[in-house]
Amino acid sequence: FNKTLKLLMLNQWLTVRCVLIPRLKSPGVKRRFRIYSSALLVLQWLTNKDYKGGERFLVKMAAPLTLLVILSVTIRAVLYRSSLAEVISERVEVVSPLTAWKRVVEGLALLDLGVSPYSGDVFHETPLIIYLFHFVVDYAEITFMLADVITAVALYMAVMDYNKQVFRKQKYALEADRYPLDCLELIRSPKEMYYIPLKVAMFYLLNPFTILSCVAKSTCGLNNAVIALFILTTIKGNVLLSAIFLSLATYQSIYPLTLCAPALLYLMQRQFIPVNFRRVSFWWFIAQYAFMYLGSLFVIVGLSFFLLGSWDYVPSVYGFILSVPDLTPNIGLFWYFFAEMFEHFRLFFLCVFQINVFFYTIPLSIKLKEHPVFLIFMQLAVISIFKSYPTVGDIALYMAFLPVWSHLHRFLRNIFLVSCVLLACSALFPVLWHLWIYAGSANSNFYYAITLLFNVAQILLVSDYFYAFLRREHHLSYGLYLKRKDGSEATLVLK
Amino acid sequence: MAEQKFSLSVCVCVCVCVCVCMCVCVWAVRAMMCGCGRDDFQEELVIRPLHSGDIYASFQFRTVWETDFMRGNKVSHYRLFPKSLGQVISKFSVRELHISFTQGYWRTMQWGQPFQPSPPGAELWVWFQDSVTDVDGTWKELTNVLSGIFCASLNFIDSTNTVQPSASFKPLGIGNETDHRFLRYATLPREIVCTENLTPWKKLLPCGSKAGLAVLLKSEKLFHSSFHSQAVHIRPVCQDWQCKTTSWELRQTLNVVFDLHNSAQGKREWSLFKMFSRTLTEACPLASSSKIYIDITDNPQGEQFEVSPATPLLSQAVVLGDRRTFSVYDLTQQITFGTVRSLNLLIRWKSSDMLRPLLHAERYVAGYGLQTGEIHTLMYNNHPYRSFPVLLLDSVPWYLRLYIHTLTVTSKGKDNKPSYIHYQPSKDRLRPHLLEMLVQLPPNSVTEVTVQFERALLKWTEYTPDPNHGFYVGSSVISSLVPSIVAMDTNSTRERPLFSSFFPCKEESSYFVRVYTEPLLVNLPTPDFSMPYNVICLTCTVVAVGYGSLYNLLTRSFQIEEPSPGLAKRIANIIRKMRGVPPL
Repeated sequence: FNKTLKLLMLNQWLTVRCVLIPRLKSPGVKRRFRIYSSALLVLQWLTNKDYKGGERFLVKMAAPLTLLVILSVTIRAVLYRSSLAEVISERVEVVSPLTAWKRVVEGLALLDLGVSPYSGDVFHETPLIIYLFHFVVDYAEITFMLADVITAVALYMAVMDYNKQVFRKQKYALEADRYPLDCLELIRSPKEMYYIPLKVAMFYLLNPFTILSCVAKSTCGLNNAVIALFILTTIKGNVLLSAIFLSLATYQSIYPLTLCAPALLYLMQRQFIPVNFRRVSFWWFIAQYAFMYLGSLFVIVGLSFFLLGSWDYVPSVYGFILSVPDLTPNIGLFWYFFAEMFEHFRLFFLCVFQINVFFYTIPLSIKLKEHPVFLIFMQLAVISIFKSYPTVGDIALYMAFLPVWSHLHRFLRNIFLVSCVLLACSALFPVLWHLWIYAGSANSNFYYAITLLFNVAQILLVSDYFYAFLRREHHLSYGLYLKRKDGSEATLVLK
Repeated sequence: MAEQKFSLSVCVCVCVCVCVCMCVCVWAVRAMMCGCGRDDFQEELVIRPLHSGDIYASFQFRTVWETDFMRGNKVSHYRLFPKSLGQVISKFSVRELHISFTQGYWRTMQWGQPFQPSPPGAELWVWFQDSVTDVDGTWKELTNVLSGIFCASLNFIDSTNTVQPSASFKPLGIGNETDHRFLRYATLPREIVCTENLTPWKKLLPCGSKAGLAVLLKSEKLFHSSFHSQAVHIRPVCQDWQCKTTSWELRQTLNVVFDLHNSAQGKREWSLFKMFSRTLTEACPLASSSKIYIDITDNPQGEQFEVSPATPLLSQAVVLGDRRTFSVYDLTQQITFGTVRSLNLLIRWKSSDMLRPLLHAERYVAGYGLQTGEIHTLMYNNHPYRSFPVLLLDSVPWYLRLYIHTLTVTSKGKDNKPSYIHYQPSKDRLRPHLLEMLVQLPPNSVTEVTVQFERALLKWTEYTPDPNHGFYVGSSVISSLVPSIVAMDTNSTRERPLFSSFFPCKEESSYFVRVYTEPLLVNLPTPDFSMPYNVICLTCTVVAVGYGSLYNLLTRSFQIEEPSPGLAKRIANIIRKMRGVPPL
């Protein structure tokens, strides 16, 4: 019965999309309204029947997700057993001084020798990571695979929940007659949204960047898991857990601090608290969240202090992230810039580059205050482009969100160019590295040029998605087929 | 007449009195000013024909002074002891100072053990008195002063190449203070030793290079050799057997190995004149002893080489665990110089074979590319049935990031776990790695120590002017008590040849040996030094692209593009605006 209903519903939807919409352009207001209301009916029916039964939905989607997890774990397990694992774990694109597994092992070895791991400049992980691997160092591979699976499942559930809300909001907007009539094309159908959570999980688990990062046992995978859990708890509306995971992510690598803005916006939106500086409820909520965040941060920091009995880790972890003393090449912008910097400008540019990462939070939050999840995506992308020691694992995290914005594809301007550049750069990284370091036939400029291009491509990708998102929002409020005053077809420009 | 006589006798009396007074005064003043008694100077040259066919000449000049630099009143009267070093000792409260400058690498496998080991480049290690509060500050000042005294680049010693070994460098003089907080050790493997270092070194000698053995030290010959090492060692020693009072000992040593095949055009013949372009005519007049020893242990019947002029004096000494026989030439005896009043020793070879030292070591870097690498240290124990422990000290600069978890020690294919490891990780731009460990070397074996490292990319200003030449890593130091074949002499105050009395000997059954490995030359990845401006511009451009595109989207809004009016219309509108008429 269910299946027949679903088929019926799909048929109806298809008629709306394929047969009726083209006719919409012709005049006839009454007919338009009829079609409109029938579409509305379908939507209502869909939300009632299909999207409210969360459990049923989970059961239905569990099978492909399990298959996906099994497949990705198999790939990783095979790679761990192959000789490639060692090669990958040395790649500068995959591991940074902050996340390299070799350095974790070194830290544990130093502890065994009775030397504080932070007395040298090799180990830069947080004390909790040492504590974790003190117990599971023999099961490191399983830990990293588990972290990837946790990230994927958390993103999957988060996106599923988010999609439900998007759908609900869209329904209310339709009911309130807020969309212009010719925007029906832009309205998202449940069919195309149905597979998005699975695609997100797939984008994360099967992304070569994630696989490389996991095989290299980069602790970036663990940070990603923490951030994914933060996103999940935020989207589920659990304020306390969201604050705890955010403080954990901040503790691991400072930069996720900027994610507090989208989290606050989202949670307030969920609890119907208006973002208004003059309202007490707004400030009260912020105070609550800040208290939870700072409280858990305090507990974590205190715990790390008691684990090793010293504050040595603060300069060794956070000082290292902020002052960038290690200029080992990576895919980011910092290493060559600060290797070639004039000594008396170093501090100035260091401040500029670090502020740059945090700077976008405020304007982006103002612009995207209605869309906190897109804001999370933007923040993750900005962090992974401009952070001091980026690796491909960071890129994998924000790339997992790309399927969520698949409805923006019609507005993307240079996605083809950008994906070509990203692919070409990914292939050229090892080639130019080999030419510079091993063959000696190239110099550092070659590798540097590729990192520049890679970052430009990432910037274009992110700004393109941002553009498309803003443009869709514009169309949703002003109509899709805009006309000039004289009636001819208009083109939209940014002014 | 009587009056005259009287006045004369008064005169004489006065004169005698004045003379006596003056003498007493001078004696008293001298005793007061130097606050000490005797000083003594000895010089010695040991010549050892090596089995490889090379010749090893080792000069030792020893000044012993019964004084105390550490007492409150300043020592201001110097006789034999160089004033510049005396002032250094009292100003910086130095307890022991060892400095060496070496050009070339001592090939233990071919040449056996040297009398005084030293690593290539410059090495400095100092024990400070425990009254010193700011050891690092004093060390910094001291290196700068020594840099001036020896015309060397010792001022490049800073925290990045200084370590405090916990076990390898014990004081060689008396004193039981072994708190390694007062010890500083540094090497400059890149230091190039030349004439400018030799000249100030020679000036410290009481006779300079005017007389005695020092006349042989001509730089044009000394530096045309396979190995050249000059050193200064200052330490407190016992005055007598009871060791109630201490005196200060200054040893200046100079070791040189001449390559016979190079300098003698293949003829296996050697003489003082050929090597040093000088002959000896006299001993240093200030020296209490001045001797030349020639090692003839391997040549008892004169079947390998012959020495002329022959000498009837023979001496036996236990050195480096072996009893050696030497021909002795005493330069204080006029007869040594013969009728020509000049001594030109001559050695002619007949045949040769190789020797095997009990302990030697070598080191190299394995791996390829500029990303990672592995340091291999090989330690050979050639003793047929005895195993003995060695202390290995490695001081690696911070830009080679050592991974201590990759440390492996293997002997005879089996894992050989060190019984003691002292590891101090490096701090970027502040201090080097220090690795010290105690390893037991099984008999007749090779022990291999490997550790992996990662090469850092430095700031462009941190590279040397010739960055692609590579960076030097100082020698590993291997210190050991090697089992001796003959009983060693543990009495440190007995009169012995200088070359056999440098390292104090505590046990009869073993002797102390220090072996230095080769320094390493390691390449680091380099940035392009010619384009800091370009890099700054390009990176800033990329950041600006990111900032600009986001700024663009954040501040602007979407609007419908209206076609811009034609040029004529625009001009017309401007005119109409000026006229105050509404535009077209």
